[in-house]
Amino acid sequence: MDSTLPVDAQKSALKKIIDDVARNIGINKKFHAWMGFLTLLLFVCLYAYYIQLRDGLGVAGIRDYVSWGMYIANFVFFVASSLIGMLITAVLGLSGVKWITPVARIAEIIAIGFAAVAGLVIVSDMGRPERLVYVFIYGRIQSPILWDVTVVTTYVLISLILLYLPLIPDLKILSRNPMLPKWLQKTYELLSINWKGTNEQYQLLHKAIKIMSVLIVPVALAIHTVTSWLFASTSRVGWDSTIFGPYFVTGAFVAGTAFLIIAMYFFRKNYKLHDYLTDFHFDKLGKLLVLVSLVYLYFNINEFLVPAYKLKAHDAVHLKALFSGHHAPMFWSVQLFGLLIPIVLMLFKKFRKPLPLMLISLFVVIGSWFKRYLIVVPTQEHPFLPIQNVPENFKLYQPTLIETAITVASFVLVLMIITVLSKAFPIITIWETAHEKGIHEPEKLSIDKAE
Amino acid sequence: MRYAMAIDTKKCVGCSDCVVACQTENDVPIGYCRDWVVEVTDGTYPQLETEIRSERCNHCDNSPCVRCCPTGASHYAEGGIVLVTKNECIGCGACIQSCPYDARYTHPDGYVDKCTFCMHRVKKGMEPACVAVCPTKCMYFGDLDDPNSPVSKILKTRKFKVLAPEAGTKPNVYYLI
Repeated sequence: MDSTLPVDAQKSALKKIIDDVARNIGINKKFHAWMGFLTLLLFVCLYAYYIQLRDGLGVAGIRDYVSWGMYIANFVFFVASSLIGMLITAVLGLSGVKWITPVARIAEIIAIGFAAVAGLVIVSDMGRPERLVYVFIYGRIQSPILWDVTVVTTYVLISLILLYLPLIPDLKILSRNPMLPKWLQKTYELLSINWKGTNEQYQLLHKAIKIMSVLIVPVALAIHTVTSWLFASTSRVGWDSTIFGPYFVTGAFVAGTAFLIIAMYFFRKNYKLHDYLTDFHFDKLGKLLVLVSLVYLYFNINEFLVPAYKLKAHDAVHLKALFSGHHAPMFWSVQLFGLLIPIVLMLFKKFRKPLPLMLISLFVVIGSWFKRYLIVVPTQEHPFLPIQNVPENFKLYQPTLIETAITVASFVLVLMIITVLSKAFPIITIWETAHEKGIHEPEKLSIDKAE
Repeated sequence: MRYAMAIDTKKCVGCSDCVVACQTENDVPIGYCRDWVVEVTDGTYPQLETEIRSERCNHCDNSPCVRCCPTGASHYAEGGIVLVTKNECIGCGACIQSCPYDARYTHPDGYVDKCTFCMHRVKKGMEPACVAVCPTKCMYFGDLDDPNSPVSKILKTRKFKVLAPEAGTKPNVYYLI
């Protein structure tokens, strides 16, 4: 930290940061168009949900054999993507990694978006959604479903706190900013709960952030481990595995990091944050994605090589469907384009530049989604007690249009949450960025400037 | 009281009368069933063996479905019968996945449905619909605690097996072999 920076230089540096960040807050034409488009899409898709409510779950392609379909696969993907908040804020933050400062808030917003909608996705798969409250009234602690509900709710709450705490100084800094409308300034003032920026307050803030960061690690690990237990606690082939917990968690880091890179690319482009989300950050995240992908690859080999070596009677049917049966094209595409090729490409520096990295991440995210589909659906086509001479249409699962529309709706909701949060609050941490640039007491300087 | 069923695979002809009787008795929606007939062929030509089984919920003593139910809608009723209270079921489907016998299905009305051993008939002293209708009389139903019940008597004299014993569910539907 450069402590010799003169006050004037500090002021102008701070003004640039504040202007760059504050420019993106509030509503503009682009926001109207984008949100209008999302809202329209949401209403079209909500009509599909209305049909499902009216006619029952039968309108989805789920039947006797495959009774957990696209919804559950999508749920697993959402929970997975939400884990990025924990990876960035807690794991990297606590280990003192400095470059995460401008990335942390984006990661936290993504985490909240996905985790909150994951809860809704599971409701869309429930046969009697109006009885959701029974889970809380008659909840049985023995049921993995109850564990999942508990930890997902806890994770959303802790993520919200972890988004809010580092926001407090920023809200104070921006609460006098003339670029913002009056009502927003007032809201910020209110939300900044008397923040003055004293040393004592900063000590408390750092302590609180640290406590929450430590707390979120077990909760985040729990949400995805418990999600994996929904499957692993049954005796079905392909699910009956002891490494499902870590297998899901590492897969989650892959999906989340890739989604974060895509989000960063669009924020950098649309919010003109080239000075904050630099090529350096993309390079670092590219390396992180390689790391987590390699760990995931390791678990994939464990998950498929060991049962494929033994080829127990039940496993054989399942693995043959994946390796050479009718799931093979999807299985090998996911492994190749969603995991292997991205790993190899990202080892080279030129593929870790923003645009190529964003495109690679797009493949990784799509691969991750289909990977969840491959975990959930094929297993159910091979029941514990195989039945001979079953008509093909009993077994094969084909997602219906209504199912697809409701799944699209869940993605629309996530994008809406991310957009609104990124428009309502500064997307880059002002105070941390200021501190790193040797600007002390940004609260004082910014208020001086306004007066 | 421990209700159980024994089904003679040597006498069963696979006519599916039990399936139709169940669907009629229990108002099972079209396209679904609480019991079903399975034909398993083993061996290679010309040494072939076919076993015909009428399958249904095994009303296990150690039911994975009761264990994983989040609301307690799946429960053990009188005599160890596993039942779903349809007004408490949220339709999450966890029990369907946990059942090694695929005995459960999601009713079009959203809740999970399965064989009840025709509890409403048993309470009145009648046999379950599938047992009553069987033309070859290959099914036996009764109380295992009562040594004179049809199921106790037949299990004393014949060899039997249960399905998927490795799942550790302790099923209460026996197949005579």
